[in-house]
Amino acid sequence: MSTNSLAKVQQYLHKNIKARITALLLLPMTWLVVIYLGSLAALFITSIWTVDDFTNKVIRTFTLENFIEILSDRAYLNVTIRTLLIAASVTILCALIAIPMSFFMARVVSPKLRPVLIALAITPLWASYLVKIYAWRTMMSPESGFLTWLLSPFGIKSPGYGLVSVVLALTYLWLPYMIIPIYAGMERLPNSILDASSDLGAKPFKTFFKVVLPLTYPAIIAGSIFTFSLSMGDYIAVQIVGGTFQMLGNVVYQNFALDLPFSAAVALIPVIVMVLYLTLIRKSGALENL
Amino acid sequence: MQFVATAQQIKRRKKTLNKKRLLTSLLAIASSTVLIAGCSSSGTSEEAAPAEESAVYQGPVGDTPGTINILAWPGYAEDGSTDPAVDWVTPFEKESGCEVNVKTYGTSDEAVQLMQSGGYDVISASGDASLRLIYGGDLQPVNLDLIPNYADIFDNLKDRPWNTVDGLNYGVPHGRGANVLQYTIGKVDPAPDSWSLVWEANSPVAGKITAYDSAIYIADAAVYLMSTKPELGITDPYALDQTQFDAAMELLKQQKPLVGEYWADYTKYIEAVKSGTIVAGTSWQVIANVLNGEKETVGAVKPKEGATGWSDTWMISKNVEAVDCAYKWLNWIIKPEVNAQAAEWFGEAPANSKACALTANKDHCKLYHAEETDYWSNVYYWKTPTETCLDGRTDVKCVPYSEWVKAWSSFRSA
Amino acid sequence: MILSKNAKIVLTIFMILGMTFIYLPLFIVVLNSFNSSISFSFPPEGFTTSWWSKAAQNSGVKQAIITSVYTALGATAISLVLGTLAASAIARYKFFGRDTLSLLIVLPIALPGIVTGIALNNVFTNYFGGLTYFTIIIGHATFCIVVVFNNVAARYRRMGSSFEEASMDLGANRIMTFRLITFPLLRSALLAGGMLAFALSFDEIIVTTFTAGAGQNTLPIWIFQNLFRPNQAPVVNVVAAALILLSLIPIYLAQRIINAPNNN
Repeated sequence: MSTNSLAKVQQYLHKNIKARITALLLLPMTWLVVIYLGSLAALFITSIWTVDDFTNKVIRTFTLENFIEILSDRAYLNVTIRTLLIAASVTILCALIAIPMSFFMARVVSPKLRPVLIALAITPLWASYLVKIYAWRTMMSPESGFLTWLLSPFGIKSPGYGLVSVVLALTYLWLPYMIIPIYAGMERLPNSILDASSDLGAKPFKTFFKVVLPLTYPAIIAGSIFTFSLSMGDYIAVQIVGGTFQMLGNVVYQNFALDLPFSAAVALIPVIVMVLYLTLIRKSGALENL
Repeated sequence: MQFVATAQQIKRRKKTLNKKRLLTSLLAIASSTVLIAGCSSSGTSEEAAPAEESAVYQGPVGDTPGTINILAWPGYAEDGSTDPAVDWVTPFEKESGCEVNVKTYGTSDEAVQLMQSGGYDVISASGDASLRLIYGGDLQPVNLDLIPNYADIFDNLKDRPWNTVDGLNYGVPHGRGANVLQYTIGKVDPAPDSWSLVWEANSPVAGKITAYDSAIYIADAAVYLMSTKPELGITDPYALDQTQFDAAMELLKQQKPLVGEYWADYTKYIEAVKSGTIVAGTSWQVIANVLNGEKETVGAVKPKEGATGWSDTWMISKNVEAVDCAYKWLNWIIKPEVNAQAAEWFGEAPANSKACALTANKDHCKLYHAEETDYWSNVYYWKTPTETCLDGRTDVKCVPYSEWVKAWSSFRSA
Repeated sequence: MILSKNAKIVLTIFMILGMTFIYLPLFIVVLNSFNSSISFSFPPEGFTTSWWSKAAQNSGVKQAIITSVYTALGATAISLVLGTLAASAIARYKFFGRDTLSLLIVLPIALPGIVTGIALNNVFTNYFGGLTYFTIIIGHATFCIVVVFNNVAARYRRMGSSFEEASMDLGANRIMTFRLITFPLLRSALLAGGMLAFALSFDEIIVTTFTAGAGQNTLPIWIFQNLFRPNQAPVVNVVAAALILLSLIPIYLAQRIINAPNNN
């Protein structure tokens, strides 16, 4: 392109904000809409189709049988509730652990120590997800694991593989995702507000609950997006430390090969939950805190 | 050319985008994507009939180098990664000049899915996967003239209904075996001879039992019912009418509290037995063999009620690039020496009659009943249940496999 | 904020407990990489360094690491470009649909990975012929966009538009402004976003399971295949232990750069 036409383009872009914005957004939006939304659409449209009984190839005739199946079978209600409960427990546990830790790192230690501590806290992100779950598997092993060894003086064994192990393992896995936004949020708190609060006579405890928490609330919600979504869709942790029960992710995974329409219909459940959750929290400004 | 804009000019601009334009363009892109997805016709519907004679490779098998991706049951295509001394893939690569990538899978369902998603050239399929793949149009018929070692295959394994359709052969047999009852020595006394150990509520090893994590396991429940509830009239565990099917599901529900973990990954099974979490359950001989590698830890038996089993076939994908390599592999794997190695490592009856003379353990074929017929009379090879009852009954409809999968999914989710 | 001594003690104890919780499993992983017993019982039965030498010779691991590095680099590059472009528009201008668009960007990471995985798998296998290294990169890039976007958008907001306006007032055109003013200010945000994107892509297993083709092993896929194999599981622990130890360095450095005083 000659300098002249390049200049003309620049001139046009400079004068025309709409064109500028469109030009900037063109690539990312095309990617997200075409590749991401497009593939999601292609997937969910199969939920109204069915499969050939024998060859498992998709047949494009309109049918609601997948949804009827999900709604009429108690088992799927159970697994949905179970998954929601697990996701909620994991989120709450992560928050309970992350908030005091982040507060300590962001406001109590000296600024010199902060990078060290936060780096230490999020190092597990780099350790492989699978290896971490497997470590939990060996730890929770009822016969020869670490927890059994720890509890042996009390005569009790580890609870083994099941709900407790899954919640513990998932809490462990997603903890860094909760720590990062909360830490960032707490670090951003202007000292002036905290000083003002204690100037007005509030004890540190009160300041924490009445000032710090409400101000970092968006950050906590932001962290919860991760913990909730990651727990809703997880199917690997359950396979490794879950024993015999299943979560929604397992149902999707089991059926995706042989019955894609049904799998897509089940996959709609976590998607609907997350979309609802996201729209509800938009107001809280959490999305700025990711 | 430079532009100079004053701060006021910038601030005065209204920073809004034309609502209509953005919305319409987004809608256009999204809807066209959906339209394309909806209208595109690849990979769907028409129930493909099996291929015609003309699709068969005519050969001759040349020395064209290439790479083949193999989908195999664990233990079928060992390349030294499980045990450096156990390897019949590398010698093949050296002799043929073909490169081989092996991927193992845990269940036939997984095999069907992987095969259908493409990228794999050769598969060792059990009877409950082979017909689905043939009818799904994923395989090509195999020209047995190009596989000299086929001549030595046991006659009663040739041209079986699960790998031969309309007179066209779709592969070569690998071997056959039964799903065994495995138990940890010392934890189960005396040595069990009945599946009641894993099905009855008063089992001494409740909580430490394992079961196969696939819908096909419903047939194992049916096999047990054949002995314990003969009034149900089950003759073929893959031909279950609704009453018989419901009884099998009931038995599975009864078993669930006894199960510690369901298994589909044989390595996880091995780890669970080693750490003591699992003490008994349905298993493959290869798992017992690996566990007994260093010292005797488990026993494996075919209980008196009989067992489900499998007879596997090596098959070739419809879209294979290195077809010469694929044929070379099929010829290699059923070669007497290699078939003997594979059958001995896995712990199954070989398919090649000449392999019996070549096994390291001279009693191997006797141990695995390769040349008998009695042993196999109560081994029910995996096959895909269909609505038309596989036992020949015409007065009732049987539950097709798709319903098995739905019931299993529901059962596991509950 | 002045805290009472008691409060400080309580918080410190909690911090120690929290760190113990975080590091205990990692410690066990490192311990098991030296454990001579294959079944990783606790307490460990013996000590051996043979797993480490085995790991160094294992060609499968090396291949998997190389694949992972390449796909992560590809995904990071794409998401850096797309995330920055999106942030440049969304963080600086107000327009109709802005909130919806930022929601769209978050969606890939807010929706469960398995949904993204099977959606992409469905499209790739049915309409694009199959799974390749490129499909892995596409999958990763899609959810990495948001991490870059968040970092860059946050930086834009803190930066404000005054620098750019001043620059243009002084006669620079947009490209020059970007090159000389905006980009240097964005640099550490790009670094933070890029590192996080790289980490996410490197360790990702769920979407990768569905977008990787035959024989294309990223490190997590290799780990998944070998996790329970009696002769390979110890090697997996070695790999994990190595990753943990290696990662401490760049993370610490990155934190120092990002939190450097002149950037606050």
